[in-house]
Amino acid sequence: MSNVVKNEIASHELPATPMDPAVMAKREEKIQVAMIGLCGCWGCTLSFLDMDAGLLSLLDKINISRASITDIKRIPKRCAIGFVEGGVANDENIETLEHFRENCDILISVGACAVWGGVPAMRNDVSLEACFKEAYIDSPTAVPGIKPVIPFHEDLPLITTKVYPCHEVVKMDYFLPGCPPEGEAIFKVLDDLVNGREIDLPTSMNRYD
Amino acid sequence: MNTEITIDGKKIQAQIGKPLIDVASDNNIYIPSLCYMRGKPCLGTCRVCSVRVNGHVMASCTVPVYEGMDIEVETPDLVDMRKALVEFLFVEGNHNCPSCEKSGRCELQAVGYETGMMVARFPYRFPVRTRDHASKYIWLERDRCIFCQRCVEFIRDEETGQKIFSIDNRSTNASIEIDVELADKMSPKQVKRAADICPVGCIIDKDLGFNKPIGERKYEIKSIKERILKGKPNE
Repeated sequence: MSNVVKNEIASHELPATPMDPAVMAKREEKIQVAMIGLCGCWGCTLSFLDMDAGLLSLLDKINISRASITDIKRIPKRCAIGFVEGGVANDENIETLEHFRENCDILISVGACAVWGGVPAMRNDVSLEACFKEAYIDSPTAVPGIKPVIPFHEDLPLITTKVYPCHEVVKMDYFLPGCPPEGEAIFKVLDDLVNGREIDLPTSMNRYD
Repeated sequence: MNTEITIDGKKIQAQIGKPLIDVASDNNIYIPSLCYMRGKPCLGTCRVCSVRVNGHVMASCTVPVYEGMDIEVETPDLVDMRKALVEFLFVEGNHNCPSCEKSGRCELQAVGYETGMMVARFPYRFPVRTRDHASKYIWLERDRCIFCQRCVEFIRDEETGQKIFSIDNRSTNASIEIDVELADKMSPKQVKRAADICPVGCIIDKDLGFNKPIGERKYEIKSIKERILKGKPNE
């Protein structure tokens, strides 16, 4: 993000009560897993939670690092596995994705948006100008009598001209399509990786919607 | 008359002249296809059923059985080639499964699952194609057309036999067209047939969409592979 020099503090930088050293030591030994959402609807993240009891069975082996569930804003320690939901639609997405690539050994595209752009990519067949016009200038919900404005501020991410799948920005190692993929499918992939098996998602679990 | 052919090293008795793709499915060997319909003349447009016959890659729906055939179907390079052909179809148009009425009963999607496609290795093109909703009963969603030509050949005016659908232009400019006058004369049964034989969600019955809940849709109940191998694609 271009605004890091400003006087801002992220939640993970705030002073906090130190954790029990024994718990921390145990956490350090585990396989670090991260997950983030780019331009998506967070449905895939909900699917991640849909692993339910499956997730519990893995918690002896994995520690969830940066993720929307933990509210950790930067990856504190190199991760073995990173899940990415959503495609790339602005400069903040690019920065986050690159941060993940630099800090994760294996990076996985989760869901239609990460795999090919998904619903946000429906704007790819119109120009960015037309997009902004539709959203802010000629919007049917624009407040009458008020001059319409296209939001522009240094704190706002810059929108990219097109929406890109993650693998067109950085190298992605695996792909898990679906809108969203079932929790069971995410569990199968994670379980395979954690237990050192080659990822083998059965045909019956592969879904594009 | 029968002859002996070899598929992936397995000796098979097959009737001379019968399409290779049919012989394969009768012998429990699934070859994915998007344009071929058993019992109908082959179109040979999608090439997804490509196999190697005596060293040459051919679309198996276009090859009649002859003596001394040695066929490879499941060799890793052919499996990957068929997958790549399906990926081509996905990047060529705009195949937005999450927002498509045909999802769950779409042959392209089902064949994508069978070939193990997770992502396309080619850049997505996002072409701009206009929709055609001029006809009374049919919504033509051109984004999804894969130019299989099933509708062009098999859906014709019941009185005159004239074609109702046609393909205009070539290559990236190709576009599926509908003769609105003839289309408006179509019986509800024929409209349903047109929508059913479309292997993607291009020909959409205006009265029908999202009618089956997720989990109860055609290829969720039974995969396309099972259907083709049983010889009952639509039951």
